[in-house]
Amino acid sequence: MTEMSIGSAVLTAVMGYAVVFFGLILLMIVVMILGKAMNKPASETAAVRDAEQAPVTRTPAPGSAGEIKLYDTDPKDAAMIMAIVADTLGKPINELRFISIREVKE
Amino acid sequence: MDVLATLQKLVMESGFAGFFMAGGWKNLIMILIAFVLLYLGIVRKFEPLLLCGIAFGCLLSNLSYFVALGGENALYHPEIWSTFLDPSSPYYHSYGYIMSNCGLLDFFYIGVKAGIYPSLIFMGVGAMTDFGPLISDPKSMLLGAAAQLGVFAAFFGAILLGFTGNEAASIGIIGGADGPTAIFLTTKLAPHLLGPIAIAAYSYMALIPMIQPPLMKLFTTEEMRKVKMEQKRQVSRNEKIIFPIVVATFVILLLPSTAPLIGCLMLGNLFRECGVTDRLSDTAQNALMNIVTIFLATSVGATMVADTFLNIQTIFIIILGLIAFSISTIGGLLGGRVMYQVTGGKINPLIGSAGVSAVPMAARVSQDVGRKYNKSNFLLMHAMGPNVAGVIGSAIAAGFLLSVFG
Repeated sequence: MTEMSIGSAVLTAVMGYAVVFFGLILLMIVVMILGKAMNKPASETAAVRDAEQAPVTRTPAPGSAGEIKLYDTDPKDAAMIMAIVADTLGKPINELRFISIREVKE
Repeated sequence: MDVLATLQKLVMESGFAGFFMAGGWKNLIMILIAFVLLYLGIVRKFEPLLLCGIAFGCLLSNLSYFVALGGENALYHPEIWSTFLDPSSPYYHSYGYIMSNCGLLDFFYIGVKAGIYPSLIFMGVGAMTDFGPLISDPKSMLLGAAAQLGVFAAFFGAILLGFTGNEAASIGIIGGADGPTAIFLTTKLAPHLLGPIAIAAYSYMALIPMIQPPLMKLFTTEEMRKVKMEQKRQVSRNEKIIFPIVVATFVILLLPSTAPLIGCLMLGNLFRECGVTDRLSDTAQNALMNIVTIFLATSVGATMVADTFLNIQTIFIIILGLIAFSISTIGGLLGGRVMYQVTGGKINPLIGSAGVSAVPMAARVSQDVGRKYNKSNFLLMHAMGPNVAGVIGSAIAAGFLLSVFG
């Protein structure tokens, strides 16, 4: 057991509170840097992908389904989904407009 | 056969006769306290998963005193654990001695004493916690730090009341509003206070919806409480996977004494987020958590024996625990007010009170109070940031106190 004087107790309390702040502030900085580092490549990749898709979306082929954005969806799956929707609705696929297809994870 | 002598022997050996033995009335009081705790857990639903086990552990431990009169058939032997903790004893830190002489609850208690149960509970907590709100807004870590004020204020208060440094540190950590952390630290520093500290920690956590709202009203203005916060950014899966690895590495290097708690917390979270260990995540969240909760609660309850529980220290601990909770809430709210000023009114200070840990109840209280003043306000996800930061903050506070007094 450690007997403490009031002075030592004050010092320990202040130092403890400071250590908690210090630890969490450093962790905050690390998480901020991590977030920036991880989001930067993602945004750059998205920009490159958008740039690659741009010419295609600007001039859709005649009779195509127009511009469509795919999120976590394979183009083959997307084609199948569009075909099923068109068949279910009983309409030609070029009369339908698909905006985006996203895979629902949960 | 002497019928009278046989009857007399049966009466004398019954547990009821123990009421009239020296100190028997104290155990009777402890049994009544166990009944009250069972009522609070079952009827009032105060942290029932833990309080029911704690109360029943207390009941069994004190009943077994009557049956065995503290002898070898008792379920829990405080005197054996005193020997275990006495450096002059030949059985100092001898688990072999404990295991060859123990009752059922002594056996359960080994997991508490070795710091296994609180760490495993932390693994389950990690598997259940989404750190996304904290990653999307790392500034909320400041609120988790600010809300540890009560830990150190109660520590100082306990010293003023004559507790030793080790005892004061264990009492102070009640302000972290984190049961496993409180049990972990108390077991290491002041095991004789484990019963009252666990009861205080879990009771006040259950009372958060009653303790916090008046303080939230007192330390914020109506204008502040109406602040609507902007939606947070989406956090990528990769960020969520890297977060537990970074936090474990960073915090353990900073304060090695936090390794059992932070290590298990972040391991559980990694199971949850990495996407390839769903079975382990499920086990940590459910089966393991439930099994450990049973052992932890009953063995902590078993330590509530009359000699260590029925004294003035317990009353001081209950009062200091309430003070610690309240000051931690105030610390978080004041931190929230500072952030409100610094950001030009973009942060609602009510989320600061969630920094006291107690996941997710404290965040829910922030949400409820916020909606009371602005119906279109949804503070829950904003409050979850400081809330989970509070878990890390209280583990750091415990690690600091363990480094100083351990």
